[in-house]
Amino acid sequence: MARYDRAITVFSPDGHLFQVEYALEAVRKGNAAVGVRGTDIVVLGVEKKSTAKLQDSRTVRKIVNLDDHIALACAGLKADARVLINRARIECQSHRLTVEDPVTVEYITRYIAGLQQKYTQSGGVRPFGLSTLIVGFDPYTGIPSLYQTDPSGTFSAWKANATGRNSNSIREFLEKNYKETSGQETIKLAIRALLEVVESGGKNIEVAVMTKEHGLRQLDEAEIDAIAAEIEAEKAAAEAAKKAPPKET
Amino acid sequence: MKLDTSGLESAEPVWATFNELADGFSAAPSFELPNTTDFDGFQKEAIQMVKPAKGTTTLAFIFKEGVMVAADSRASMGGYISSQSVKKIIEINPYMLGTMAGGAADCQFWHRNLGIKCRLHELANKRRISVTGASKLLANILYSYRGMGLSVGTMIAGWDETGPGLYYVDSEGGRLKGMRFSVGSGSPYAYGVLDSGYRYDMSVEEAAELARRAIYHATFRDGASGGVASVYHVGPNGWKKLSGDDVGELHYKYYPVMPSTVEQEMVEVAGA
Repeated sequence: MARYDRAITVFSPDGHLFQVEYALEAVRKGNAAVGVRGTDIVVLGVEKKSTAKLQDSRTVRKIVNLDDHIALACAGLKADARVLINRARIECQSHRLTVEDPVTVEYITRYIAGLQQKYTQSGGVRPFGLSTLIVGFDPYTGIPSLYQTDPSGTFSAWKANATGRNSNSIREFLEKNYKETSGQETIKLAIRALLEVVESGGKNIEVAVMTKEHGLRQLDEAEIDAIAAEIEAEKAAAEAAKKAPPKET
Repeated sequence: MKLDTSGLESAEPVWATFNELADGFSAAPSFELPNTTDFDGFQKEAIQMVKPAKGTTTLAFIFKEGVMVAADSRASMGGYISSQSVKKIIEINPYMLGTMAGGAADCQFWHRNLGIKCRLHELANKRRISVTGASKLLANILYSYRGMGLSVGTMIAGWDETGPGLYYVDSEGGRLKGMRFSVGSGSPYAYGVLDSGYRYDMSVEEAAELARRAIYHATFRDGASGGVASVYHVGPNGWKKLSGDDVGELHYKYYPVMPSTVEQEMVEVAGA
């Protein structure tokens, strides 16, 4: 009979938890995901591999909500994501039941990160192979937040972040171009960041927007295409402007 | 006898084995069943044992300036007055009060435990717990011990972000939100005075006087209530004890002795 108490995640002689690091590798191979926080809005964008012709794309949603005011996107093993998301959804409702209040973004992030950490310190299980981007509004103050968790169970708040494939380039782009924005500007920034590493087009990215009043709203392909076109136009104009000045003295 | 310390554990129970891998809510705290042959009778007996002990009068009400909380201070064991100086208003934390009615030990222990949970909530979430949340935590715990002989009839009064809050929580697992409550054997008498004199827009002094009078009248008529009438006020900056008056002295304050003219004097009858 197999015994389940043999730990899979153990320390290496130089202090690494290799299983956790391998999990991070799995994340690095996952689809790119980006999150941007604005003053009154939060935006999540995820790279979407082109769906097979016979596949029903509505069932492949990558951005999900955990409660009316909190949404999550992730990069990594999607099956692990399903388990984590279900547990988080239950915790959101359980919190509403025991203290008659909705969860704060920080609370549910702490819960998810705690869950991910537990699986790095238990017998017979492997860590979750995904990093999550969690966005939402504080139910009392209405302040938007963006948090990220990873397979080791650490979490922190961000103004803008990316995870998954090519996340380093996206993050560099965001660091260079981030500023406090609101509404449409924030959506544009998120899509611009994602388009750095993804082929242009509404069918390759999935974008969702959350506002305090309207909750989570998935942008449809046409909208994304329109914004992408705007971005292209702006880029072309900037290129043209760069070429023009040398003529003036 | 194995001591039960499940109430002392923090909100998340420690998992020894990995039953976490199965989905679901974490189990509510639970007791081992008592070691007795007559389980139904045992519960009834336990309830009978503590029933007389809800000899007390406590009240609380919300008004314009916050929450007023008042209680007597008598503890009785049947017909014996065991103490005239029991603290029936328990300070859970600087902005929340709980009242004691029923089993003194049960109330004291569980209020203290609630104070611990409230503090842990503050530390974990960097914000104070709401009165709603605190009362719900207590109600959930009491519900899980339902039928096992706990006797608690308490009111949780406090001030949080949404303003003043008042909840009634009991050991049957009930939890009610309200503006006016009175709990204990003297409560019918207190309700009479409280309900007839209550107005939402009273000043702090008027409300304190109403609370004091309601407790006094309850102690006057109810044998199981007496001692000292304590009055507390919960405002936006927390609670403050306003007064603690002996009800005997209050009686003579409200109904001072008038020297009466003597109409007839008793005269010694001559002879046997």
